[in-house]
Amino acid sequence: MIRLEKRKEPSKFWRIANPFLAVALTMIAGGIMFAMLGKDPITAIRLIFFDPIFSETFGSYSRPQLLIKSAPLILIAVGLAIGFKANIWNIGAEGQYIIGALFGAGVALAFFPQPGWYIFPLMVIAGAFGGFLWAMIPAILKTRFNTNEILVSLLLVYVAEKILAAMALGLMRNPDIAGFPGSRDLRRYEAAYNAELISGTGIHWGVVAALIAVIFAYAMMTRHMLGYHVQLAGQAPRAARFGGVSPARLVVICLGISGALAGLAGMFEVSGPGGQVRIEFASGYGFTAIIVAFLGRLNPIGIVLAGLLLGLTYIGGELGQMMLQLPGAAIQVFQGMLLFFLLALDFQTNYRIRLTQGARA
Amino acid sequence: MILGSINPAVLMAALMVAATPILLAAIGELVVEKSGVLNLGVEGMMIMGACLGFIVAVNTGSPFLGFVGAAFAGMALSLLFALLTQALMTNQVASGLALTLFGLGLSALLGQRYVGITPPRTPKLDLGPLSDIPFLGRAIFSHDIMVYLTIALVAAVWWFLKYSRAGMILRAVGENHDAAHALGYHVKRVRVLAIMFGGACAGLGGAYLSLIRVPQWTEGMTVGAGWIALALVVFASWRPWRAMAGAYLFGGIVVLQLNLQAAGVKIPVEYLSMSPYLITIAVLVFISSGKARGSSNAPGSLNRPFHASS
Amino acid sequence: MRQPLLRLDGLTKAYPGVLANDNVSFEIGIGQMHALLGENGAGKSTLVKMIYGLVKPDKGQMVLRDLPYAPAQPSEARKNGVAMVFQHFSLFDALDVAENVALGMENPPAMRDLAKRIRDVSEEYGLPLDPNRLVGDLSAGERQRVEIVRCLLQDPKLLIMDEPTSVLTPQEVEILFRTLRQLSSEGTAILYISHKLEEIRALCDEATILRGGKKVATCDPREKSARELAELMVGQILTPPERAAKPRGDVLLSVENLSLKSNNPFGTSLKDISFQLHAGEVLGIAGVAGNGQDELLLMLSGEIPSPSGQVKLKSQPIGQLGPNARRVRGLVTAPEERLGHAAAPDMSLTANALLSGAARKGLVKNGFIDWKKTDTFAREIIAKFDVRTPGSHVLARALSGGNLQKFVIGREIELAPDVIVVNQPTWGVDASAAAFIRQALLDLASAGAGVLVISQDLDELLEVADSFAALNEGRLTPVRPAKGLTVEEIGLMMGGAHDMHPAHEVAE
Repeated sequence: MIRLEKRKEPSKFWRIANPFLAVALTMIAGGIMFAMLGKDPITAIRLIFFDPIFSETFGSYSRPQLLIKSAPLILIAVGLAIGFKANIWNIGAEGQYIIGALFGAGVALAFFPQPGWYIFPLMVIAGAFGGFLWAMIPAILKTRFNTNEILVSLLLVYVAEKILAAMALGLMRNPDIAGFPGSRDLRRYEAAYNAELISGTGIHWGVVAALIAVIFAYAMMTRHMLGYHVQLAGQAPRAARFGGVSPARLVVICLGISGALAGLAGMFEVSGPGGQVRIEFASGYGFTAIIVAFLGRLNPIGIVLAGLLLGLTYIGGELGQMMLQLPGAAIQVFQGMLLFFLLALDFQTNYRIRLTQGARA
Repeated sequence: MILGSINPAVLMAALMVAATPILLAAIGELVVEKSGVLNLGVEGMMIMGACLGFIVAVNTGSPFLGFVGAAFAGMALSLLFALLTQALMTNQVASGLALTLFGLGLSALLGQRYVGITPPRTPKLDLGPLSDIPFLGRAIFSHDIMVYLTIALVAAVWWFLKYSRAGMILRAVGENHDAAHALGYHVKRVRVLAIMFGGACAGLGGAYLSLIRVPQWTEGMTVGAGWIALALVVFASWRPWRAMAGAYLFGGIVVLQLNLQAAGVKIPVEYLSMSPYLITIAVLVFISSGKARGSSNAPGSLNRPFHASS
Repeated sequence: MRQPLLRLDGLTKAYPGVLANDNVSFEIGIGQMHALLGENGAGKSTLVKMIYGLVKPDKGQMVLRDLPYAPAQPSEARKNGVAMVFQHFSLFDALDVAENVALGMENPPAMRDLAKRIRDVSEEYGLPLDPNRLVGDLSAGERQRVEIVRCLLQDPKLLIMDEPTSVLTPQEVEILFRTLRQLSSEGTAILYISHKLEEIRALCDEATILRGGKKVATCDPREKSARELAELMVGQILTPPERAAKPRGDVLLSVENLSLKSNNPFGTSLKDISFQLHAGEVLGIAGVAGNGQDELLLMLSGEIPSPSGQVKLKSQPIGQLGPNARRVRGLVTAPEERLGHAAAPDMSLTANALLSGAARKGLVKNGFIDWKKTDTFAREIIAKFDVRTPGSHVLARALSGGNLQKFVIGREIELAPDVIVVNQPTWGVDASAAAFIRQALLDLASAGAGVLVISQDLDELLEVADSFAALNEGRLTPVRPAKGLTVEEIGLMMGGAHDMHPAHEVAE
């Protein structure tokens, strides 16, 4: 007979080993999936996980892409992880990302075509504020009316998508090109362009922001009282209240931080790699970031590694589409599997498998 | 007057069709939550049902087999959730999210060759003279069989929970799993069965979208229906008939909004089409603020992991 | 000698790291009232779980009415006429009485017949119950009746009762005993689990005493003194705590006519509470569980805010202040629930020292935590209060109940408070740790602090308290000097008799 037995303390070894094991298992399962699709599994896996970085032919294009794809994932995931630790489930980061982008782009389009050093900083502030505002809707509904923040933040993603479409077709549409949806290209507007800072690296202001966010989050979670309160509220809500934590304040802080960071990510994307407000602007970073947060163990450093890995699957997925005609959805399956394997493996962190003798007295 | 151009009988008929998929998913999730489990993967199971149901129906030419396939697809995915949360003790919120992300991806992958195909038509149920009654005949008695089966399912779930012994055990497990265990009930077995039922219902709801309501397969076609079903369970305070009332109310809003779009109201389409989500949120707020009765009716052990220590 | 009903032979059960039961053997006769006596952790629960089919023994066998008996699950035990009334965890708040009863039966009759049978049985045994009420709305005593009636409907041959009186007032205990005696005279054997010696001496005709998983003795409890039984149970001679008597000082904490709604839908709201606590005084507050103890603690700790002027600390209003602001002003608390309320289970002892220590010990500067200083504080608590642990890095949940309780109480005492409020300070703690904790509280009072002890354990209150009050359905009786109170008077106070009975019984 097999039985699970709760460990006295969670195993540190498995906490760190499981993400790696999950990646390995996902590669195996993914390989099987590719084989079933009639593709050579080894080539496919290599194309997704190795070629974007090591291949001579694609490397020069895809290496900078790695930071471009990973930065928003990391930026969003760092914020989400703080909330997840406190058992506050913002799963609508995709919506906050969209609204942040709209706020940022809105500032840029309002100033167009004026030059000015202050325009980009204003966009940064507006982007963060937009995401923050959008996240305050579930936060305030939760604190005032005890409404479930999971459902509200998620439903607001669909609302944000509709607003995005309305903006791309209406208010923010490029007046110079008739008939096409989408705003002006912010890459062609110097004062608003989130350009590459060091040529050929993919480093733009969003990457810098992600780095700063990681450092701040790390300091907050390990040294600051706020981080202590976050963990307390997540692990033992009654003990948190005993320790003087106000649950409502924490909800506002956690949703606010994650919303602002998601908004920032959206703003850096729309003013740089994305370039313009389009209907297809939202690409699921807000959802993939949930996987990044879990895979990174809700730890800022882990999130950097997880973000890079999932950023890689995006680029690898594009390569796979190009070279092997792999379906784009395969990458989504891949990411979903990764989370499944991680969750499934995590039981060994808290439980020990024991084989017991089935014999009865 | 724009509203004047809308025929109330047609509106009523369309409302029942619009409500059926989310009602199916919601009634399944209601049973799951009554057993003390929160499965946030409804959206994922629905879209898998929509996809698999569509594939089976197209390949066999039988919508009936399509629905059966959809139920199995939803159930299969829910078993994955059951494995994670009941056997491996994972966090229910995270596992539910994983289910949704995975289901969305997998359905897109499986369904990519089925985009743009028309599925076999599901016939309307012939109710004889009933469908000739003025107004009611058009509004209520001119639907496919799934609409009526869904209503029957709501009645069956209501009876099951209220009057059957098995239903009582399920409620007991959801209310206090430690006590149920102490009395010798198999908490996990009950929950796995409930999760499977919820999966099958969500799958059916998805298939109703792709086979009847739309009817077509497109990637991500559930657009939040699963989440709305989850909200509906809260709205219904875990009561089957209230879930049905909520679903019909919601269906009414969707249909009205579509009619307004078609009638060419001066509001941009995007704003009209976000109204179902906004109204769902508004209703959630109303229910959870405690002004409505029964707001604290949530099962006692909902979303709490159970691990027998002895 | 009575005819044997159930014989246990060499029952052994090991859990990782503990031998819960080691070769336990004894017999229960038909219609016998058999006590199972032991401290927390002595192995009583494991033993009865084996009898009830919840746990399988590793070794040993049972014989029921001359037939081998090895229930794989509780339903099998119930079929064999073995029924159990649990101490906790076996009722469903959102279900009604009849449904709760039906869930505990193998083949329940139709609901309407069941309701009638519940009424009949409850009347026959003097345990009034309405089958249609929701269990969540019942008092502790009524809830226990549901469990007993559930068992009685199945004509049990053996009724197991796990600490049944811990939730009852002395008067309710009398009613229960009458019922049990009636059952026994009708031939139902009762296995009565308790650590309350007087009860067992009054009720049972045989007692089996467990210590550390082993059987120490089987004897007739009526022939032993309570002290002899206690020594068998504990294995050492107990010394009651002592302290120098001291005149009481100024009023430190006062509450005036305070009514407060509970934050829990099934909780008890406080109604018109008034009391004063003086320097050097130990005020004991008795009451059966669920009569407002939790709410009283939360109100005093600041976890539920109250109208500003009605709660005063050293004459300053504190009603609107949060827990940390109150700590800074000298009021600390230790809630009943150690794991999850007074301490975070998955955090280290160091992190748990910060929980209430942050405010009073200067462990935080500009929002940043001084972990080194915090760890030193944690080590101090561990050393001074004899907390048995490999170190301050250990998770709170890895400690035994008694050790964690010493840590929690120690943490609050180390904050050198002016007023300390504790709820159930020794619940589930072994006797020596309990004595240690009580002594620490008395020492604090001797040093001039005000101590408020909320407890359901009357013996404990009589041991430490200078003055005494009782909570009943959210109301507090007037405070009376503890000296000279009889158990009967206390029982009447706990039962809310101050407004039901003639005045002379509770006259000041």
